[in-house]
Amino acid sequence: MSTATLEQPPAEAAPIESFTVTFLIRRFDPDVDTEPRWQDFDVEMYPTDRVLDALHKIKWEQDGSLTFRRSCAHGICGSDAMRINGRNRLACKTLIKDLDISKPIYVEAIKGLPLEKDLIVDMEPFFASYREVQPFLQPKTAAAPGKERVQSVAERARFDDTTKCILCAACTSSCPVFWTDGQYFGPAAIVNAHRFIFDSRDDEAKVRLDILNDKEGVWRCRTTFNCTEACPRGIEVTKAIAEVKQAVMRGKP
Amino acid sequence: MTAIPFPDEPRRRGTNWEKWGWIYMRISGVVLVVLVFGHLFVNLMVGEGVKAIDFGFVGGKWADPFWQWWDVTMLWLALIHGANGMRTVVNDYTKPGTVQRILKGALLASVVVLIVLGTLVVFTFEPCPAGSPADLLPSFCAA
Repeated sequence: MSTATLEQPPAEAAPIESFTVTFLIRRFDPDVDTEPRWQDFDVEMYPTDRVLDALHKIKWEQDGSLTFRRSCAHGICGSDAMRINGRNRLACKTLIKDLDISKPIYVEAIKGLPLEKDLIVDMEPFFASYREVQPFLQPKTAAAPGKERVQSVAERARFDDTTKCILCAACTSSCPVFWTDGQYFGPAAIVNAHRFIFDSRDDEAKVRLDILNDKEGVWRCRTTFNCTEACPRGIEVTKAIAEVKQAVMRGKP
Repeated sequence: MTAIPFPDEPRRRGTNWEKWGWIYMRISGVVLVVLVFGHLFVNLMVGEGVKAIDFGFVGGKWADPFWQWWDVTMLWLALIHGANGMRTVVNDYTKPGTVQRILKGALLASVVVLIVLGTLVVFTFEPCPAGSPADLLPSFCAA
């Protein structure tokens, strides 16, 4: 073993092959268009690139008017949920190598929420449903001064899955019931209600169960599993909804 | 930056029929599996099988209160189960408004008519009504 020196530079790694990938993006500029239109872009991509990288390349190098949301670009903030080849995905978690690049890749805004521009929708109806389920801890008793509220590992594990939600709206905007009239609370709101309903430190589960036992509540769920399939965090959304249904029937978590 | 309005009242109150509808679908579904497959087994496989079915076979079944209640239970459960499913489809595929109300009204009307007629027939069925001309009666009535 010898220490690598400048006299012996490492062998040049084989160049990684890049491909020209065609993206068909559903554009909509409210100032110009009356209807959304599909526009195609050819982008040079590596298999390890993500759809978000393609959108960046288009915006930075080809058409600066392309509009989309993204913040962290690493699957945590939940800003860049979009419909990629007909499935709701986070653009920052969808690798080019996982898509069939022999055909164009279709990218459009998520459905069921009002389209504002290009890939951006108005998220307000989605957040309104979220607020309605009271997604915050409501304990009846105060914690001992200077102490945390004690919770066992099993009690924490009960709602662990639903704590993972990043509110990207991929589930709610993949739900055919939500598409119909947008009145249904939607999977994301129910997931976030589940997170507090089954939290042993919270005392207002009854209130949330009452809210979800509504005409537009959990009973509109048809168990189509679109939400579970869409969730970029792997939350078992349909199972969480089923657990809330059971809790509504019991009247307690 | 304005404060986010927080809803202090749930959207709607009152009896929640959606919950009972959901529970009804589960229970009637399980019962219907037994009733429908029992019905098919008795009609199509027992004894002579499907060849035995004729006017007399049905008349014979409906002379027995057991089969009367079996069929009436099946009729009510299946029609309400099916209509509730159709109502769900209407909710999912139409926007609230006149069309939705017409479709739901038509569903309700057809279910009520079918349930009333069906129940009436099952309990009042008389294969050999007294005083009918002999040529209109099935052959076994003469006995």
